Amino acid sequence: MRKKELKLVVTFHTTADAMAMEKACREQAVPGRLIPVPRSVSAGCGLAWCAPLEERARLSEMMQKIHIGEEGLFECVL
Amino acid sequence: MIYMDNAATTIQKPDEVKAAVTAAFDSMGNAGRGASQPSLDALRVIYDTREKLAHLFNGGNAKQIVFTANSTESLNIAIKGIFEKGDHVITTVLEHNSVLRPLYECEKQGVELTILGCDGKGNISYEEMEEAVRENTKAVVCTHASNLTGNMIDLKKVGEITERYGIWLVVDASQTAGVYPIDVEKLHIDILCFTGHKSLRGPQGTGGMWVREGVRIRPLLSGGSGIDTYNPSHPTEMPTALEAGTLNGHGIAGLGAALSCLERMGMDCIREKELSLMRRFYEGVCQIPGVKVYGDFDTGRRAPIVALNICDYDSSEVSDALSEEYGIITRPGAHCAPLMHKALGTIEQGAVRFSFSHYNTEEEIDLAISAVENLSCE
Repeated sequence: MRKKELKLVVTFHTTADAMAMEKACREQAVPGRLIPVPRSVSAGCGLAWCAPLEERARLSEMMQKIHIGEEGLFECVL
Repeated sequence: MIYMDNAATTIQKPDEVKAAVTAAFDSMGNAGRGASQPSLDALRVIYDTREKLAHLFNGGNAKQIVFTANSTESLNIAIKGIFEKGDHVITTVLEHNSVLRPLYECEKQGVELTILGCDGKGNISYEEMEEAVRENTKAVVCTHASNLTGNMIDLKKVGEITERYGIWLVVDASQTAGVYPIDVEKLHIDILCFTGHKSLRGPQGTGGMWVREGVRIRPLLSGGSGIDTYNPSHPTEMPTALEAGTLNGHGIAGLGAALSCLERMGMDCIREKELSLMRRFYEGVCQIPGVKVYGDFDTGRRAPIVALNICDYDSSEVSDALSEEYGIITRPGAHCAPLMHKALGTIEQGAVRFSFSHYNTEEEIDLAISAVENLSCE
């Protein structure tokens, strides 16, 4: 598998929230991408936002601004 | 992109489907709401599609075809509409949540539920099914093929059991409609639920059910019907009884075109290609050290699906690597099939599901095999 790094993983209550997150991040050029929810976070299905660790503050600020409630915020080796 | 997630939805649709949807946008009024030309145009297209579906499933009268948004809606209408407190229903661990969750809701309301297990290869026992029948058993609700392993349930055997005991057979054909012939008469099916956007290659938002004449289903919805306006109750005539509100006419037009295309290409021809691709992939990956394939490949009669894991790698990570590094689209995780994963011992790891279409090529299959091999070495 690929070289793994510690990353920030945000999970959401709905896929609509995940879409809103991606749209907002793209608009504001905040790095990251949608990934399948990693097993270490949840054994099931769904989407998560994966971003560099240093983006934590910007992500939180943006999520507050666009009223996206996070289900969970994790640091994962991915 | 190499698309191998056709069990979720087929991306490649025939050009005729796109053309039919576009044409419908230019012409369709509201089917069954008045007698204007646009309304009648819509009604005709929808009725034509009903007839094609009735023909596809050997279902006789086209009025017994009901349009819904997808298999989930069809299964909810069927399951919530036929069972009452005190009834008993038999189902299997192969089922998708679109069967299980409505059944669990029924169970909370006093319906008794038996869930048949499976063996190590993911197959059920028909003897156990017969033994599970009780005096109050009203129906068997089962899938035609597992959306995780691709294993099929032998509907001929199930239909013989349900026929023998005078109980109903409700089938989820989400993975097989358009791949395998389904003859509702020969198989003694009472309600057949299908989706339009998978192997039928129609648009998303289309699906339906065939209901045997005489099988009474309490509707989930009531409302606009275009007929019998002053009756405070929703009409009980099929298909209107189960079709409250405006139908997805544009989508159904596309589904109709997809059915014409299916007939032209030939289901047997499509299935042979898909199974040949599946077999090529299976034989390529099953010998790779560290790769575990789930399901029964001793039989050729299965849906074109291969679910696997590589070592103890997270299926989400493997699927993501396939997508990011090789452009291969698969589906990781749990596939809305919780009991099948539990039976296979893959609740934590999930599985990476490759599901094929006749639009895939042998070159794509070989690339996918190489990708799995490469990932297994990393």
